[in-house]
Amino acid sequence: MTTMDGRGPARPLLEVEDLVQTYRVPGGTVQAVSGVSFRVRRGETLGLVGESGCGKSSVAKALVRLPAPRAGRVRFDGLELTSMSFARLRRVLPRMQIIFQDPVSALNPRRRIRDIVAEGLAIHGVDRAGIAERVDETLRQVGLDPDLVADRRPGEFSGGQCQRIAVARAMALRPELLICDEPVSALDVSVQAQVLNLLERMRAERGLAMLFISHDLAVVRNISDQIAVMYLGKIVEIGDADEVYRHPAHPYTRALIESVPVPDPTAPLGGDALRGELPSPLEPPRGCRFRTRCPLARPSCADAEPPLTPIGPNRSVACHYPLVT
Amino acid sequence: MNPTTTTDPRPGPEQAAGPDRPPPLLHVDDLRCHLPTRRGLLRAVDGVTLTLERGQTLGIAGESGSGKSMLVRTIMGIAPRAARVSGEVRFDGVDLRRLPAREARRYLGRHIAMVFQDPSSALNPVVRIERHLTEGPRHHLGLSRAAAREKAVQLLEQVGIPEPRKRLRQYPHQLSGGMRQRVTIAMALACDPALLIADESTTALDVTVQKQILDLLQRIQRDRDMAVIMVSHDLGVLAGRTDRIAVMYGGQVVEEAPTPTLFAHHRHRYTAALLEAIPDTARPRHSALHTIPGAPPDPVALGPGCRFAPRCAAALPRCSTDVPHLEPAGDDGHRYACFAPTGLRERP
Repeated sequence: MTTMDGRGPARPLLEVEDLVQTYRVPGGTVQAVSGVSFRVRRGETLGLVGESGCGKSSVAKALVRLPAPRAGRVRFDGLELTSMSFARLRRVLPRMQIIFQDPVSALNPRRRIRDIVAEGLAIHGVDRAGIAERVDETLRQVGLDPDLVADRRPGEFSGGQCQRIAVARAMALRPELLICDEPVSALDVSVQAQVLNLLERMRAERGLAMLFISHDLAVVRNISDQIAVMYLGKIVEIGDADEVYRHPAHPYTRALIESVPVPDPTAPLGGDALRGELPSPLEPPRGCRFRTRCPLARPSCADAEPPLTPIGPNRSVACHYPLVT
Repeated sequence: MNPTTTTDPRPGPEQAAGPDRPPPLLHVDDLRCHLPTRRGLLRAVDGVTLTLERGQTLGIAGESGSGKSMLVRTIMGIAPRAARVSGEVRFDGVDLRRLPAREARRYLGRHIAMVFQDPSSALNPVVRIERHLTEGPRHHLGLSRAAAREKAVQLLEQVGIPEPRKRLRQYPHQLSGGMRQRVTIAMALACDPALLIADESTTALDVTVQKQILDLLQRIQRDRDMAVIMVSHDLGVLAGRTDRIAVMYGGQVVEEAPTPTLFAHHRHRYTAALLEAIPDTARPRHSALHTIPGAPPDPVALGPGCRFAPRCAAALPRCSTDVPHLEPAGDDGHRYACFAPTGLRERP
């Protein structure tokens, strides 16, 4: 069982320090993640936000060594994952599970739902009777009737139902940390709300910690305790979710918030759209990486890269001229 | 029935053109698109009536499977071959469904353009950007190769692509997703269409790029005085960018109104549910979002009565037996089909 006590509430469940991830590509080596640090406590959700290509999914994958990060430390419940032997890692990984953006391609179309949800349990040595019971219990928890769905295959379900099945597969192992990589981006607004409520219920009932990755700040704002905003492989702002959303300190965070469509026809459409697109991570701009798109950039922004600097309790920003000080 | 108070002599609930104005740009009347499947007849579009005036932007909202994409495909004449289509599609007074196939294709290609959700599949990976952009104008407008190339450069500039001449020689995979969507918009504009249909054209993009593309579409629409149909599952996307919105459910329009009216005074329970499902950033964190229980109706096995009744919290006994029809609800062309409308009794 997951325990919230006895392990010292002061120690975060997940501690990531100076995480670096590089990939080799035809044009050279891309640094997808360049020194990212954050912590997630039990029962808490960290929302990791940024555009496609900012490295947020690379962070998620590096945590579970898919593949292992180039440098940096990942401590899960005090265990150092980056240097651990694969045999030991295998025993830790059931405690941290991932769900991905596209639920349909994440599920093997030829297997029955029962076997999909049971797979992790079988791998981790739960006996057969225990598996059947746990599969039924987990399916019920995600709002699916095991008698109706267990013997069917993914193709018979909608995207939202497939995402429930993916959540069930992850939750069957009773993880302590759930990494959600754009779990609702492919879903309709109405179905999105169902999946978000489901994740929220799992967190509340099981004291689950979550790393919730999304490009949509409106979604993240609702589910997160903390928000970290990533740009070109770096965290540019991190802090309490409400604070970051109400008073963004980084111009990029503000631009992301202004890009969220507001369901109110009388609301102004926000400032100018962010100019251009994410620069190539092969050649990140000199100095501040955001300066090429920043509406407030000054010449001096090209001189030095702004470090992530605390601007309040539990709040940091990497900007030479932050909007909030 | 509560007839509108305009002096409009034309029939129909639309607040239509005055007596001496030309016909609306697009008028769709009782359009149906039924697909025979192994399980039975799939009623993808089931009796849709809509009017779009020149220069206006109409939003079409609804969940996956509500028939919104099939509706615009049927209007464009690109419904699946096996589909049984009935009803009328009048564009600029011409009944497109009565034109011979070849003529209809020429007419549509020239005057109506479409931008799809996935720019990658709308572009041919082995064809340079130049040919994507010059094919239409050369075929439909009869431009020479050189003139078509100049036009292509202008189009790329208009959609905000830097270094257009260099881009013309590139292949789709050399561009980012946002750039590719700009190219498909440039392609759509190539023959100066009177109507642009954008089918979930920003759904696959990041919010930042989505805003850029939506701003771009709006600018182009104003500059060219073009009419636009914007299809999206996200009412937030349609909010500030449409004149009217039609909400679809189960292959039918269940509510249609000027955009401000739809948001402030919607009557249909489904519209209300769709609006409530949007995450509200003003509410405290971890608060549960409103969801719509159940699933959209099976378009092969539609029951009698209102199609939303099985999921509707306010359903009355008659909702599962009688079919509600679109009724006018004011003089701004607001129509809804609901026996138990919201906002009438419980709130002023």
